[in-house]
Amino acid sequence: MEYNGGAVVAMVGKNCVAIACDKRLGVQAMTISTEFKKIFQATPKTYLGLPGLATDVQTLAEKFRFKINMYKLKEEREIEPRTLAHLVSSTLYERRFGPWFTEPVVAGLDKNNNPFICNTDTIGCINFAKDFVVSGTSTNQLYGMCESLWEPDLEPEDLFETISQALMNAVDRDCLAGWGAEVVVITPDKIITRTLKSRMD
Amino acid sequence: METLFGITGKDFVIAAYDTKAVASITMMKIGEDKSRNLNDHSVMLYSGEPGDGVHFAEYIERNVKLNGIRHGLEMSPKAVASFARRELADSLRSRKPYSVNLLIAGYDVKKDTPALYWMDHLASSAEVPFAAHGYGAYYCLSMMDRYHRPDITEEEGIKLLKMCINELRTRMILNMPDFVAKVVTKEGIRVVQL
Repeated sequence: MEYNGGAVVAMVGKNCVAIACDKRLGVQAMTISTEFKKIFQATPKTYLGLPGLATDVQTLAEKFRFKINMYKLKEEREIEPRTLAHLVSSTLYERRFGPWFTEPVVAGLDKNNNPFICNTDTIGCINFAKDFVVSGTSTNQLYGMCESLWEPDLEPEDLFETISQALMNAVDRDCLAGWGAEVVVITPDKIITRTLKSRMD
Repeated sequence: METLFGITGKDFVIAAYDTKAVASITMMKIGEDKSRNLNDHSVMLYSGEPGDGVHFAEYIERNVKLNGIRHGLEMSPKAVASFARRELADSLRSRKPYSVNLLIAGYDVKKDTPALYWMDHLASSAEVPFAAHGYGAYYCLSMMDRYHRPDITEEEGIKLLKMCINELRTRMILNMPDFVAKVVTKEGIRVVQL
């Protein structure tokens, strides 16, 4: 987790969810890239966040793209966020004694447009949350920010502001994360993707 | 310690390597080629475990060439980088992983853009405007941060690389002999002695 750095956070709002990540790729203290995104679109209304060891982030992003496509072909429907969470969990648990070094976050709206978020640890233990989930190197700072900023039933624009402020202020206190951020707000009829400018130091 | 670095510009990529072959603390040779041309528009630079670098680079080179012959289409730098990353990532979780750091410099003829990929021995890959590997990276990256622009010309690029090399020669405790640069443009790959 600390080798490459990075942070992901997801929040629930009123009939919407938001997921955000930083864009840093580093090798310990040395920054290599500031365009390294850690969240991936799984279905039209579900995103998967993968903070952690960069090589495993990339390998797992490819692996899950494959598995989600196979699910779609076999079932002739999109995978539900809750189902995806269990797919992520079992994929990680397959490597119980030599894990993928990433703590995934799933955020999306299910078929009835109910918000769903969860995260897992490196071996796939799922944590279902009603409010927010945090993951990566800035978890302590993110818990502090989310605990004080988040409130129930936020509208999409307010949720965007809340998650952006939570992420930006958390990563500014973390040397291994930051250098720009990306926020995705998922609502029943549209997806809002915004890139944030943040401190570059 | 070996150093690799590269920069992209408006219509070219330059990737450079030092020509030292080292075994532990001994310099065995000057004039070692640490690059392989993968096809007409992409080149791979490698550093790390001496045998692994050559073996891995030649394996990728031949498979990229085979792919080109089979399909009659040249692989784009992005395709080459994805292929190399997957091979390295699979090897990472094998009994004996390759221990190589790579820079893949290429020119995407279809999109008409230069591309530079940075990849470490764990197979983390990123497309970057400029990159460096090894202890030299600590000096080169700050130099490039200060002087690199996306619209840099080829002469300015060579000048920037020379500034980096000068910095290495003055600040690094190790002996830094000559560097070789490979320039990739729409026309192909060219070697420049720095």
